[in-house]
Amino acid sequence: MNTLVVLIAKRLGAAVLTLLLVSVVVFLIASALPGDAAQEMLGQNATPSAVAALRSQLGLDQPAYLRYLHWLGGVLSGNAGHSMSNNMPVSSLIASRLPKSLILVGLTSAVSVPFALLLGILSAMYRGSLLDRALNIVTLSLVAVPEFLVASLAVLLFAVELRWLPALVIVPENATVEEFLRAYAIPVMTLCFVVMAQMVRMTRAAVINQLDKSYVEMALLKGVSNTRIVLYHIIPNAIGPIANAVAFSMSYLLGGVIIVETIFNYPGLASLMVDAVTARDMPLLLACAMLFCAAYLLLVLVADICAIFANPKLRAR
Amino acid sequence: MSGHFQSSRTPPGFVNPLFARAAISALFKLPWSGMVGLLLVLFWLLLATFGPLLAPYAPGAFIAPDVFMPSSWQFPLGTDYLGRDVLSRLLFGARYTVWLALSAAVIASATGNALALAAVVSPRWIDELASRFMDALISIPSTIFALVMVAAFDSSLFMLLTIAAITYVPGAYRIARSLAVNLNQMEYVEVARARGEGRLYIASVEIFPNMVHPMLADFGLRFVFIVLLLSGLSFLGLGIQPPAADLGSLVRENLSGLGDGVAAVFAPAFAIATLTIGVNLLIDSLPGSQGRGRSGGGDA
Repeated sequence: MNTLVVLIAKRLGAAVLTLLLVSVVVFLIASALPGDAAQEMLGQNATPSAVAALRSQLGLDQPAYLRYLHWLGGVLSGNAGHSMSNNMPVSSLIASRLPKSLILVGLTSAVSVPFALLLGILSAMYRGSLLDRALNIVTLSLVAVPEFLVASLAVLLFAVELRWLPALVIVPENATVEEFLRAYAIPVMTLCFVVMAQMVRMTRAAVINQLDKSYVEMALLKGVSNTRIVLYHIIPNAIGPIANAVAFSMSYLLGGVIIVETIFNYPGLASLMVDAVTARDMPLLLACAMLFCAAYLLLVLVADICAIFANPKLRAR
Repeated sequence: MSGHFQSSRTPPGFVNPLFARAAISALFKLPWSGMVGLLLVLFWLLLATFGPLLAPYAPGAFIAPDVFMPSSWQFPLGTDYLGRDVLSRLLFGARYTVWLALSAAVIASATGNALALAAVVSPRWIDELASRFMDALISIPSTIFALVMVAAFDSSLFMLLTIAAITYVPGAYRIARSLAVNLNQMEYVEVARARGEGRLYIASVEIFPNMVHPMLADFGLRFVFIVLLLSGLSFLGLGIQPPAADLGSLVRENLSGLGDGVAAVFAPAFAIATLTIGVNLLIDSLPGSQGRGRSGGGDA
């Protein structure tokens, strides 16, 4: 048990180090801005002295490493700076948007993960069958389809032609469960399409990887049924790669969320980030970017820990 | 792993003369999905090259009597939100989507390969350092990375090319390095090293020819990612800036016609999808790349 704690602590440390390195890279890129924010805010007609005053007020006249340390300290203490375009603290902006994005992502994973795992495992069990080949072509095509095509087709079909679902996500104050689900149906459906294809493919690959092992052959020769082989023999061994597949696919979810929140005018974190890019609001952009990177690293870390728990072999490493 | 690489049998430094013929005969043995993919890819390459010559109207000309007109003989894909011919705009837009993404993919793949080869034949600490750095970059989701760069560097054509290339260098590097590390331990590389060959020779003559095959498949995947990234950026209004328009911008500018289901929204979106699906189907049916998805091999 002790080695397990050490191992997890090591992974956690590695993740934190990666995140620090990421923050340096992101900060360096963001501060390489050719025009500067003070000029941007005051416009073309600003006097040089006014620009200089705003620069020192924003701390833009300090060297980059000082600004980085200052920023990092701020982020760690929960004060990520001041959003220039919204004239609000970044942290309160994010606090108001984050739950909305989490609802979207949570609903999407709740629907897509079970389905994707089921399809992936079925596809691997019946390798080479019509189902497997059809799924191969469908998922191969789906991973290459731009998110906005899926979104607009879904709107056209369900909101415009069939009139089953609303095209915009508007949840009334004390909505019933049904109203809530109906409002989110189209965006969640779109995101599911985007992430599921990848997850199905990687789950299938993980299971097939195990299917070719000799212990499966042994079980087959003993006369164990197909379902039992998959459930009791393969799944425990494939949990690590499958958890990885889920974490990896979720990184597409981050990209997909940006498009979906924009197309449905949904006030989440991703659309906040797009606005920050448009307005070149660097404190806000940096905070959003770091949040997304941290979320992704956290997913990978959780997948790693799942793998460690599922596979005793990994603990020995 | 090395079973189907030829150079373990042919002397290093010589291109197998049968390679070209083998490549052509392989094309004729493609499964039907691969054939469909190949046709789609060729179709889009031709259209992106000669499209502007085929366009019936100038892409910016306001020629239609009405906006969002349905398709007709005069306007095969209808008209857009300003009464311009959608087909002409699509033919001009495909140029940006295909060629910009293709150039960015070439740069990303070439840089990734070169860095990976350099890392593998370098002293161990350089390899270690470079790989750690690339691993950190990989853990930034590509859309986020690109968005931060767009905000910092603006989105001129040149910057978009650079941004798309930089975003996908780490991925190409990781795949290339994992291939090169294995090849580096092959006996024929040991022999070359014992012969006293230099690092450049080992990287370019001994190792690289044996990674061309898988890296070409990876290049195709990079191309798909970059097409999706660039059209996604344009769709958000952060990519190619008006008056120029790629396929993603065409979807964005006509989004108000979505409720009426006009062709102006769907034609460019379908165009992107057929291009990327075509590349994916083609790569998937190439020998030796079975089961690879968008993950670029991943670690599964």
